Amino acid sequence: MSERIGVYVCHCGTNIAGKVDIDKVVEFAKGLDDVTLVREYKFMCSDPGQSLIQKDIEDGLINRVVVASCSPLMHEKTFRNVCTRGGLNEYLFAMANIREQCSWVHVDEAQTTEKAKDLIEASVRRVALQVPLTKREVPINPQTLVIGGGIAGIQAALDLADAGKKVILIEKEPSIGGHMAKFDKTFPTLDCSACILTPKMVSVGQHENIELLSWSEVEDISGYVGNFNIKIRKKARYVDAELCNGCGACWEKCPGTRVPRKGNVHEKLSLGPTTSIYMPFMQAVPAIPVIDTETCIRFKNGKCGICAAVCERNAIKYDMEDEIVEFEVGNIILATGFQTFDPEPVKRYGYGRFDNVMTAIEFEIMNCASGNTGGKILMADGKEPKSIGIVHCVGSRDKHYNEYCSRVCCMYALKYSHLIKEKIDAEVYEFYIDLRCFGKGYEEFYDRLLGEDVRFVRGKVAEVTEVPIEEAEKGKLVVEVEDTLVGMVRRIPLDMVVLCTGLEAHESLPDVAGLCSVSIGKDGFVIEKHPKLGPVATATDGVFIAGCCQSPKDIPDTVAQASAASSAVLSMITREKIEIESATASVDEDKCSGCKLCNSLCPYLAIKYDEEKGVSVVNEALCKGCGTCAAGCPSNAISAKHFEDRQIFAEIKGILSA
Amino acid sequence: MKYTYYPGCSVKATANLYQESIDSVMPSFGVELEELEDWNCCGATAYMSVKELMSFAISARNLAMAEKFHRDVVTPCSACYLVLNKTNHYFNDYPDMRKKLGIALEAGGLSYSGNIRVRHLLDVMVNDVGFEKISEAATSKLEGLNIAPYYGCQIVRPFYYGCGACSDSEDAFDDPDDPICMDRLIEATGATSVKYSMKTKCCGSSLMGTEEKQALKLCRGLLADAENNGAHCIVTICPLCQMNLDIYQPKVNSLFGTKFNIPVIYFTQLIGLAMGKKPEELGLNKLAVKMTEPMKQILQGA
Repeated sequence: MSERIGVYVCHCGTNIAGKVDIDKVVEFAKGLDDVTLVREYKFMCSDPGQSLIQKDIEDGLINRVVVASCSPLMHEKTFRNVCTRGGLNEYLFAMANIREQCSWVHVDEAQTTEKAKDLIEASVRRVALQVPLTKREVPINPQTLVIGGGIAGIQAALDLADAGKKVILIEKEPSIGGHMAKFDKTFPTLDCSACILTPKMVSVGQHENIELLSWSEVEDISGYVGNFNIKIRKKARYVDAELCNGCGACWEKCPGTRVPRKGNVHEKLSLGPTTSIYMPFMQAVPAIPVIDTETCIRFKNGKCGICAAVCERNAIKYDMEDEIVEFEVGNIILATGFQTFDPEPVKRYGYGRFDNVMTAIEFEIMNCASGNTGGKILMADGKEPKSIGIVHCVGSRDKHYNEYCSRVCCMYALKYSHLIKEKIDAEVYEFYIDLRCFGKGYEEFYDRLLGEDVRFVRGKVAEVTEVPIEEAEKGKLVVEVEDTLVGMVRRIPLDMVVLCTGLEAHESLPDVAGLCSVSIGKDGFVIEKHPKLGPVATATDGVFIAGCCQSPKDIPDTVAQASAASSAVLSMITREKIEIESATASVDEDKCSGCKLCNSLCPYLAIKYDEEKGVSVVNEALCKGCGTCAAGCPSNAISAKHFEDRQIFAEIKGILSA
Repeated sequence: MKYTYYPGCSVKATANLYQESIDSVMPSFGVELEELEDWNCCGATAYMSVKELMSFAISARNLAMAEKFHRDVVTPCSACYLVLNKTNHYFNDYPDMRKKLGIALEAGGLSYSGNIRVRHLLDVMVNDVGFEKISEAATSKLEGLNIAPYYGCQIVRPFYYGCGACSDSEDAFDDPDDPICMDRLIEATGATSVKYSMKTKCCGSSLMGTEEKQALKLCRGLLADAENNGAHCIVTICPLCQMNLDIYQPKVNSLFGTKFNIPVIYFTQLIGLAMGKKPEELGLNKLAVKMTEPMKQILQGA
């Protein structure tokens, strides 16, 4: 039976019609085999345009549809829906892209028209061989896994939990809170970081819908959207969470040292106790200490045991072991956060060589009231600095390290200036390339700082040196910088230098992303589904992202993205079921030799070897229809539905026929 | 180990003491330096900013002539090293420049394919000869001699990283911010290398001819940092660095009221001393700042 194909040519206003002679194309299409009707319209995607197609199907005039318009990325879904509404299987539709691949990219009108004809013929020949496929649905498990307990993970978990959905929140550190817990003040409002974060942390700890697993790591993830199986390693704390009441007797008596103490103020910067049994900071959630086995005397030579002796509740368990727990979840939110750039390789800034060259995060901890300087800004020798230089863009906007802008440094640098002025009124220099104060209230904050006697020097710092040239430089750190506004090289003697180290994706991200089949870009961050229109989704259905695992961002942006991710998950959960791709691969079991080549080729881990049958089997729920296996199969046993060889060859013939 | 030797103008004139020490020392390590016939001045770093194309063209002439020997070109001068490498880089990475240079070379009956590797003599000594052989040859112990290794600004920069400044990152042989190969070479001779911050700082270079005071200021910083860190002498690898720090040292003293008395010698002279060679054989008698008493004592005690 010959097919009845309808061809619909779109003008797209002048986007297509301006370069393609529509009349000629229509005439041409009418002459193609199996084409029973050809129509043209100004905007096929508009309601009247769609109705044209729907009516022709309903009237029984056609049983295949070709729309010659824009890219399938744009409107394939639109026209597939039209087919469905008309009562035609949506896989009996093909799209010829005569805009992005034709009218938009060519100059000569005659040639553009010819190419449009070729593209339409290709689609017509292809659609004639397409077969109906059925959509399948799988149920969605309403439970969600959130990986990472920083502000992003906390926000996402609370949003979901407040909506009545179960959440498993896992955090690799002993406490949730992430970097935000280390900050004293937040820019630009200068509200206390702990004051706004701690209530959220407490909510997480107490929420009936959140199962919090701190000091835990993801071991394995398998399954697919709606139905992931998760294995989590709960690392041994050596403290029984059920018994411990967080009294603190253990770390008060602990003789071990987790953070080195060499009598230098900067060498023992820590928010919590510096002992081997410790809480990372005093507001930790859960408020249960952990033993650092690297430095614990008991674990090194078995000779201590003081913490167990002083614990009134007998909560210390030296024989505790790692535990593996398993969960099933429907969706995953990645919120693995960031780490700061290690400035040691940038030798010219002297980090590691000079005591009073600090990283931003160290300076942050020093400023934090719960840190062990009590929030006082001190030099390594314990004296108050009289002058401080803040060096921007260390490891950011630098092709040798990270090319991107870390987005938060300008603002935290300005915050430091303010804190320094407020606390010790030292002389402050900001050495910047550009000041990027883009957020709400940020420019105003910068303007405020201009009135606080902060010296702004535009120039990338060449070097921090201790070698004096002038008398005033003796015993100081000298920052050498080209002041590009004055147009000269300046040497500025200072007591302390803070390096605004940039943000990098956390070192644990590649492993976790690998488990979720999510790609990492060359900048080290997760690649989102679409940089503008899909910023919280990923190429893997059911895996969402929030916070700095996607790109460097500040707290407001992180919280916004976390809420967006949780709302995307809620939308999935509310649907209860999800349609999965019909254009999957299938294995012809008679032809399959069981070589397992496809098992390792599949980027979605969708093919498994069936030991009993001795053949490879595609898990259709996981398969994305990418076709890698079909191309790779040495015995031609795999075919990709909707991309069968005969369909593709027909398409090629169509292109080449002119 | 045979190399095509590109001496550069300096070692043929003001820095002939460098050449004397090279002649004296290199054969012992099996390093054969065959001088490139009819070589011409590389244009030094100054000419490049005046007439870029011309500067690359005269510099490329040397590379074109060296190509037929299929050997690395070795130069003892940091400026030559920089200019020849930069010429290679522009020739290989900028098609437009390659075309222009091709035409210029053709006019002289030459052609160049861009495949010559240019290396500094220090690179050859530390990487091809190696610290072990240097240590074996160092029969005279230089123990107690504190030496400040002075790399200068040109040898590791900008030809480091695969950063676009250099199409072939193999050219880099040490860390641009904190080079250590000469430190290790000094240790191999039995002497002590002095840690100081200024080891890659500029000596003022040809600024000495135009903005003398500025250049003297730079030299003062270098000398002061070496002296403050207890150096008996400075070892250098570049004729211009040596000249500025050595010949202009009295002028630094008179201008700034300092009392520097620090001999500045070439790394080849140091190796020669460690091998027990006579100072005259190594051109050390030609230094402006003569070897100091403490230095002589250490050398004689050996």
